[in-house]
Amino acid sequence: MAVEIRLRVNGKEHEHRVEPRLLLVHYLRDTLGLTGTHIGCETSLCGACTILLNGKAVKSCTMLAAQAGGAELTTIEGLAASYKQNGANGGLHPVQEGFWEKHGLQCGYCTPGMIMTAAALLRENPSPSEKEIREAISGNLCRCTGYQNIVSAIDYAAKKMKTAKR
Amino acid sequence: MAMTAKPARPEGGYVGRPMKRKEDPRLIQGLAHYVDDIQLAGMHYMAVVRSPYAHAKIRSVNTAKAKAAPAVVAVFTGEDIRGAIGPVPCAAQIPDMKPAVRYPLATDKVRFVGEPVAIVVASDRYAARDAVDLVEVDYEPLPVVVDPEKAIAKDAPKLYDNFADNVSYRWELEGGDVKGAFAKADKIVKQRMVNQRLIPMAMEPRGVLAQYDAGEPRLNIWTSTQIPHLARTQIGAMLGVPETSVHLIAPEVGGGFGSKLNVYAEEALCAYAAMKTGKPVKWIESRRENFQATIHGRDFIIYAELAVKRDGTILAGRYRIIADLGAYYQLLTPLVPTLTALMLCGSYKIPAVRIEIVGALTNKMATDAYRGAGRPEATYFIERMMDIVAAELKKDPLELRRKNFPKPKDFPYATPTGLIYDTANYEKCMDTAAKKSAYTNLRKEQTAARKKGRLVGIGVSSYVEICAMGPSSAMPAGGWESGTVRIEPTGKVKVLTGSSPHGQGQETSFAQIAADMLGVTPDDVLVVHGDTSSVPYGIGTFGSRATAVGGTAMYKSLEKLRDKLGKIAGHILQIDPAKLGFADHKIFVKADPKKFVSFGEAVTAAYVAKSLPAGMEPGLEATTFFEPSNFTFPFGTHVCVVEIDRDTGEVKLTKYLAVDDCGNIINPLLVEGQVVGGIVQSVGQVLFEEAVYDSEGQLLSGELTDYAIPRAADLPWVETSHTVTPTPVNPMGVKGVGEAGTIGATPALVNAVVDALAPLGITHVDLPIKREKIWALMHKGASQPKAKAKSGRAR
Repeated sequence: MAVEIRLRVNGKEHEHRVEPRLLLVHYLRDTLGLTGTHIGCETSLCGACTILLNGKAVKSCTMLAAQAGGAELTTIEGLAASYKQNGANGGLHPVQEGFWEKHGLQCGYCTPGMIMTAAALLRENPSPSEKEIREAISGNLCRCTGYQNIVSAIDYAAKKMKTAKR
Repeated sequence: MAMTAKPARPEGGYVGRPMKRKEDPRLIQGLAHYVDDIQLAGMHYMAVVRSPYAHAKIRSVNTAKAKAAPAVVAVFTGEDIRGAIGPVPCAAQIPDMKPAVRYPLATDKVRFVGEPVAIVVASDRYAARDAVDLVEVDYEPLPVVVDPEKAIAKDAPKLYDNFADNVSYRWELEGGDVKGAFAKADKIVKQRMVNQRLIPMAMEPRGVLAQYDAGEPRLNIWTSTQIPHLARTQIGAMLGVPETSVHLIAPEVGGGFGSKLNVYAEEALCAYAAMKTGKPVKWIESRRENFQATIHGRDFIIYAELAVKRDGTILAGRYRIIADLGAYYQLLTPLVPTLTALMLCGSYKIPAVRIEIVGALTNKMATDAYRGAGRPEATYFIERMMDIVAAELKKDPLELRRKNFPKPKDFPYATPTGLIYDTANYEKCMDTAAKKSAYTNLRKEQTAARKKGRLVGIGVSSYVEICAMGPSSAMPAGGWESGTVRIEPTGKVKVLTGSSPHGQGQETSFAQIAADMLGVTPDDVLVVHGDTSSVPYGIGTFGSRATAVGGTAMYKSLEKLRDKLGKIAGHILQIDPAKLGFADHKIFVKADPKKFVSFGEAVTAAYVAKSLPAGMEPGLEATTFFEPSNFTFPFGTHVCVVEIDRDTGEVKLTKYLAVDDCGNIINPLLVEGQVVGGIVQSVGQVLFEEAVYDSEGQLLSGELTDYAIPRAADLPWVETSHTVTPTPVNPMGVKGVGEAGTIGATPALVNAVVDALAPLGITHVDLPIKREKIWALMHKGASQPKAKAKSGRAR
């Protein structure tokens, strides 16, 4: 038994027949080879598998691939290209840049999920306070940084994106 | 010990700068490769059948249904691997320690929940997991013991029929005249304390991928480890494969905190499955497995006594530690409590100490080295005792500490536990912390707040840690490190280090050091680690050793190449090499910088080899195996403020300042990251985290739902600062900083909580300090709010 799904991931159309129980994160990682999205707990508690689904941050370890049929997905691999201000030259998304500038990562395992959550936050709230940033990323766990530099990284990105819009 | 060497620092401008990390671009773009990101053609998956019982006899294992399941290619049990895979290695040896030997798959008995009993190999990830449920194991449950104090009592259920009891070992350490000191003390201050069991919880669970090429023969293993070479040696030995045929790679490693400073059953099992099936086999640990079967940390009970004079002088300490080792030993299990013993005098001139350790075997996962490994426990115990003494003598906690500090002139300072502290200025560090936190003012604010009935507490800790592990004489598997530097013909520099990092940033900090030494840029330097086929044998990254030991090995190789390049340039310029300097890709005459040989020219000369100085070998490569003469002893003072909600018992952390001294700093950005990250792990230990087993040995905190690690919203802004006291133990004067946060913070936080509760007559609260515990303490006699049966995500 298999289900047919059609979806767009990072701007590219995909069509696959998948097992109904296949988790979205395994579809992204094992079927599409997009291994930037990580798995940290399989119970939606750690946020390492966060991706954007129709612009919203979702945890891809507790969603079936079949549920994503028809959706538009962005993973860490496609985030920079999804940021229009980058133009044709590519480069980093401001949140990625912030993480690099502010030492917002150490082992890097939570980082893609954390970045996707931050990107979704800034889409909804372009000028978050420190408290709002901390609340927004509380569904994403990090064991290395103590979060402080992640907060700085997201604040950096918010400021950068505001300047870019002007 | 002679410690007169003058600390030197590499010349040039990259060391000491907060450089952005070279490793980040791949990590922030999803381009890095952790074990589970590696795909091999024809790859199969392993899943592990684990014991649901904490203590049981295995009557039989029936694999027929699992073997017949779709996509399953093999099922192996303990009987199948008998004689084929050796026991899980333990490098630590304590005299008279009982041999709690464990084979990768249990045969006759299981002794903790999660112990592997069989493995399934299938061509599909989900099919492998499905087949686990088809393996039928007939267990006969046995009585369980989880409390270490009950385990060592006479009538306790025995874990091992062939042992007299559940005592793994008794170990004693005594220095100075303890009896005499206690006899002449004005006061003896006593306290029982618990340092609870923790789960390391690296974000990336463990994972292994193994592939066997029978023709060569060659066994390729990718595993998430902090110790690639030691793992290669041990896994090869477990399987009887010559080490020369084992190629082990630690790819990107998603955090370790000591939990990957180990060799695990699953690593050997995955390799065995690949050899037996002829397929590449991958095993990725689930979070539940990670909680059950990856090492735990801490779990000590201590009975502490300090002999003190009325003026606050500490005369001696007497300690009895009951260390819960779990059911079996992992790599360093029995050793960790002895590290606690060594550091129980803390940063104080305590002339006499006696420590007794009882290692207890219980029906739980093994404890082992978790970030700090014995030193956070030691610091917690001594720093709590200092506060208890201060409270009893009605002295300010800072003043009591100041009174007992050794002075800078006392260093190198010999402790009664047999250590030589290298260098320190504890008082300066504490003064800096007092000034930066406006300590006097904080106390005034506290007095005012108390008048209004608010529960505000100020906590301090003054820690010293034992780092840069370490001289080989004191280490179970060698304490040196290797560092190779190769300058390629194009002038690009490759550093091969045995200190394989897992988030610390050595690719950047080591490149900064190399760039300054050779007069090139960090972009010219590539730091390679984790691949045992290209990197010379090394020890690994743990015990705050990477820069101090691994960095020094590289530094010494860089010196060798500088020396060689200097001779080549001197030969070309016809000048004494001692008169040459290295900067901006030039080897120049210091007195006349316009005279120079370009770095590239000198490198080319080494490879073209047509006009080298007489007798010089061509090529530019050097390897050093650096053996440190001593440990290093970083130190610091942490100050924090908490306020407790009288209605809920909730602890609100309102201020945190850490002043650390880790010697010279290579990259302040990385140092700050280590400090803040470590402090937040301590916040977890103090407020949220606890590995809870019920009386039947079931791990109740078996998932992140029931084991809370700190979240961003739980924390205040942590301020960091430093004093700098270089060590003479290595030429860069660096001490190490990877564990400082977890060592300094736990006591500071608990001291603050107890200080907040002092007006209620409370003198100690055991870890973890969950709000229901505080509420109960505040309402002694009143009925407690119904505590959840298990350790919930109480916030």
